[in-house]
Amino acid sequence: MTIPIAPLDASCVLLTAWVVIGLAGLLRPASVAFAGRVLFPLGAVCGAGLALVAALSLATPPEQTTLLIGLPDLPFHLRRDALSSVFLFLLGGASAGISVFAAGYFRKGEGALPGLLCLEYHVFLASMGLVLLADDAYAFMVAWEMMALSSYFLVTTQHRIPEIRRAGFIYLLMAHVGAIMILLSFGVMQGGTWQFTFDAMRSARLDPTWSTIAFLLALFGFGAKAGIVPLHVWLPEAHPAAPSPVSALMSGVMLKTAIYGLLRVSFDLLGESQWWWGLVALSFGLFTAFYGVIFAAVQTDMKRLLAWSSIENMGLIFTGVGITIVFHGLGMSSLAGLALIATLYHCVNHAFIKSLLFLGTGAVLHATGERNLGRLGGLIQRMPWVAWLTLIGALAIAGLPPLNGFVSEWLLLQAFLFADTVPRAFVNMLLPMAAGLVALCAALSGFVMVKFFGVIFLGQPREGSLAQAQDAGMLERIGLIWLALGCFGLGLLPVQVIGRLEFVTRYLIGADLGARAGQWWLLAPDAARQASYSPVVFFGVGSAVILLSFWLVRAFYHRRVRRSAAWDCGFVRLNARMQDTAEGFGQPIRHVFQSFFLVERELPSPFDAAPRYRLLLLDRIWRSGYEPLGRLVRKLADIAALLQQGRISTYLTYSFITLLALLAVVL
Amino acid sequence: MKGIPFDLQILNVLAALLLLLSFSMLAQRRIVVLVNLLATQGLLLFLATMLLAWRTGEHHLYLSAVLTLALKVIGLPWLLRRLIRRLDVYWDTELLINPSATMLIGLLIVVFSFGLAQPISALASTATRSTLGIAIAVILLAFLAMITRRKAMSQVVAFLSMENGLFFGAMSATYGMPMVVELGVALDVLVAMLVLGVFFFQIREQFDSLDLHHLETLKEHE
Amino acid sequence: MKLLAVTTQLLEIFLAVLAAPLLVGWVNQCRAWLQNRSAPSIWQPYRGLHKLFYKDAVVAINASSLFRAAPYVVFSSMVLAAAIIPSLGTRLPFTVAADGIALVGLLATARVFVSLAAMDVGTAFGTLGARREMMIGFLAEPALLMVLFVAAMISQTTSLALIAERLSGGAVVLYPSLAFTAVAFTLVLLAENARIPVDNPATHLELTMVHEAMLLEYSARHLALMEWAAALKLFNYACIGIALFVPFGVATQLQGPVGLAIAVPTLAFKLLLAGAALAVLETVSAKLRVFRAPEFLATAFLLAVLGMLVHLLLGA
Repeated sequence: MTIPIAPLDASCVLLTAWVVIGLAGLLRPASVAFAGRVLFPLGAVCGAGLALVAALSLATPPEQTTLLIGLPDLPFHLRRDALSSVFLFLLGGASAGISVFAAGYFRKGEGALPGLLCLEYHVFLASMGLVLLADDAYAFMVAWEMMALSSYFLVTTQHRIPEIRRAGFIYLLMAHVGAIMILLSFGVMQGGTWQFTFDAMRSARLDPTWSTIAFLLALFGFGAKAGIVPLHVWLPEAHPAAPSPVSALMSGVMLKTAIYGLLRVSFDLLGESQWWWGLVALSFGLFTAFYGVIFAAVQTDMKRLLAWSSIENMGLIFTGVGITIVFHGLGMSSLAGLALIATLYHCVNHAFIKSLLFLGTGAVLHATGERNLGRLGGLIQRMPWVAWLTLIGALAIAGLPPLNGFVSEWLLLQAFLFADTVPRAFVNMLLPMAAGLVALCAALSGFVMVKFFGVIFLGQPREGSLAQAQDAGMLERIGLIWLALGCFGLGLLPVQVIGRLEFVTRYLIGADLGARAGQWWLLAPDAARQASYSPVVFFGVGSAVILLSFWLVRAFYHRRVRRSAAWDCGFVRLNARMQDTAEGFGQPIRHVFQSFFLVERELPSPFDAAPRYRLLLLDRIWRSGYEPLGRLVRKLADIAALLQQGRISTYLTYSFITLLALLAVVL
Repeated sequence: MKGIPFDLQILNVLAALLLLLSFSMLAQRRIVVLVNLLATQGLLLFLATMLLAWRTGEHHLYLSAVLTLALKVIGLPWLLRRLIRRLDVYWDTELLINPSATMLIGLLIVVFSFGLAQPISALASTATRSTLGIAIAVILLAFLAMITRRKAMSQVVAFLSMENGLFFGAMSATYGMPMVVELGVALDVLVAMLVLGVFFFQIREQFDSLDLHHLETLKEHE
Repeated sequence: MKLLAVTTQLLEIFLAVLAAPLLVGWVNQCRAWLQNRSAPSIWQPYRGLHKLFYKDAVVAINASSLFRAAPYVVFSSMVLAAAIIPSLGTRLPFTVAADGIALVGLLATARVFVSLAAMDVGTAFGTLGARREMMIGFLAEPALLMVLFVAAMISQTTSLALIAERLSGGAVVLYPSLAFTAVAFTLVLLAENARIPVDNPATHLELTMVHEAMLLEYSARHLALMEWAAALKLFNYACIGIALFVPFGVATQLQGPVGLAIAVPTLAFKLLLAGAALAVLETVSAKLRVFRAPEFLATAFLLAVLGMLVHLLLGA
């Protein structure tokens, strides 16, 4: 199906529309109704439009244009190709749901004026879109910076709270560390031509050492944005500090722009990729996934739990990228295609799932005012809409069929399964073992999700004030339903999704999945291997069996139910404090993996009149890596501060010496 | 994999069982069970040697098999059990690092040995060359077991297991060692056992226990 | 051919659903023989189920609709799992829709729903059981997946039916890598089905229970469905083990109705032996402390990985 205007132009129009909507928020900054009822829904419509345009334009060939904004000699070059389209679809689709939710979410007293929030939010969205469309290093870096700055202001919305200011500071710091590495990478990639357009980088021929340096800089630069260990320390601080729709956008969409950047650099800009780079990405990715999920299992704050879970998923995506590079570098193109499709699928899935989960926590936060898992519980009675929709997200991220998380996990495991054909001695043994680690991370994420959902929504309320919790409003429900439908759609129709994703793999690495079964309901990526999965049939048969069993029991027996107190082995005085706390639920993980945590424990003595038990689980990397680094930087800064004497004659002396030196050198 | 002759399949199974046994020796705490595992390893080696002898028709392998049976299945375990009874050391309760970590390191060692063995197997010309990796793995795993133990007795059992691995490696790479070498090694091991037995009594008399960290007090200065 | 395939599929499901309590009864009988006591009749589980079904369900006041729906979901996942496992034949229409990885996903679904239902009423026992069940599950699931991986690498497919077909008809009879994974699979089976040494299926003490803790609040038909699902889970695991490690006698495509007629008594015989072996294993082992269970399962995981490495080295 062809659309009347070029997709690139359509995307630019929609991005501009976002900026205009944002600026319109300044017209009536204090009005919640204006921002909430008019502007955010308009933004959602633009997002849906962007997703539609991107989905339809996956097959069209790449287009380029040059915008006249920018410096006189450095205009913005824009380019839309299949890779950009996939991520634009992700941006538009997820943000549509998030914007609708945000329309109902933001209210007075949030810490900033609604109109200002509207501006920052839509500039954030537009800058992410610009990152995906940028075709030269200048436009890319400008958009990247704008993305970081607008999200910084969004994160520090409630800036009167010191922890939030600190979280924002760490976030901005790490964003800039990453940005510097990306900038250096672009600098290496221009290969002596001093032209910073991506076309110049594509045609530059770098020798292997320099291209390795460029790749590693890009890996860690984009990895800092994606939250790869050891550059992950900002994620668990910034995502909880931000308002929930912003957390959803950051976790769901912004992290994926880092993946976009890495894919762009590895497969498009760097001509020849070496296979062993993939092993570096793979190892960091696997370690990140494992680290993220065990920390998620021991958290007591619901948004930090989700933030660590995002770190885990980013690790899995990096693993996918790594194995794609390995296969591509060794010339195994159909396996590389499979791995790349698994990675891209996981990106899209995670965008929808994580946004859904963060928005659910947002609704809970608004209804109860609590982020601490130890003060929640039993909310499925008071907030059924939020509970059931969040359940879909939780089941999806745990990788349970027939939802979307399972499909990308299935594809990734298939790619790993056939890694024993890699023609390198140790690698062909280590890669299938890595599959075991991926399976372990998936199983652990199931643990995390049972904890998350069970402690918040099930059981008895742990605080009396929870009885006043209200369910989410209409707009919030629509946002959640949109994302849940996305999860179902991505889960039940993988063949269609893969059919569209193949355009990307064909464009990037020239591979597709080869012979396929061809039916719309059956996913069989490699017919010779005969591994197949049909979510539609699975879901259909599953629902039929559930309904049949329900009906049969009712037909043969009866449906009578009596309500009574809980049995609990005959214990009569059951109260809410006897159920598991969040710390208690995470205790098996803490016990089994205790060497990964830094444990600070305060135990009461037997003679304490008011005994207190305190347990803190901290990140070793922060304590042993960043704090000493911070102290070193401060020490260096103190030494450099010796230059600032405060006396005018000293400064004039500096200028004088510099002038003498320049004269000596030039003449 | 299609078309492997049946006797080679049995050999592969025996090799895999050998690996399984050396893995279970890594985390085993009871010394009597360790000795039994060692004896079973010897039995597997005997069976493998007999099978190989039948397959290749080399007569010295029959002799080798009988020697293995006499020494590794009957003789040395009996000697060890006698030592255990007289020294009254039935448990090795502490390992240097916890069992899960030991098994994990063992797994990495297995990966290393297998990776090492793949190009070497391509050069050998015997029918059993694919089991060379297992032999190397058994040797290295026994070494690891020696390192992570506290009691002297279990270290000796690990040392003997290493010798088993060496024997299996020789068999898979070159159809057995020359008889002279084999008899020499067997004699060496026997003598070593007797000498070690004497040493154990001395250590126990000196320190009242066979726990090896007592030997650390024999340093020059603190 | 199509009719035969559909017949095999339906027969498999019915056999699994109807015969699962019988397997439980048989295991109990074997254990009683070994422990020198007299067991209830092997048909007792059926009587128990019937009794539970006709009782009124008593549900806690604060239980949600998730609590009431969970037994149906869990039971259905076990029935679906029975449809995927090639216990009678290898040409099953449903296995095209779900392969071995989907099977592990189904078992994970059942586990998640059981744990969520246990947390729903908010009792101390329920949440304790949920936590322990997930602790056992998070190591058992990768171990099972690795076992399936090794079999998949040998047969070049992840579809269980095709794995069984290729393993039963192959030229090689003894696979050393499968020997490792058989040990690993047995450990996983013991852990996942709440058998000694991981859990005691016959007790209600909180020191020793995992499985029972999660059923504590259920009564009547919900409890009946959960218990039936647990019996089905044991049946399914036994059939997975049989399909992967001793698949001889399974009706393959070429054999037609005769193959099916042979497959049913073969399966019955194998299950008889499996039940007796399980009883022997339970009788000779002592129950582990709860925090030794992760070590137990880590051993299973490592053995499965070792099996994979042996396969990569020996090619078998």
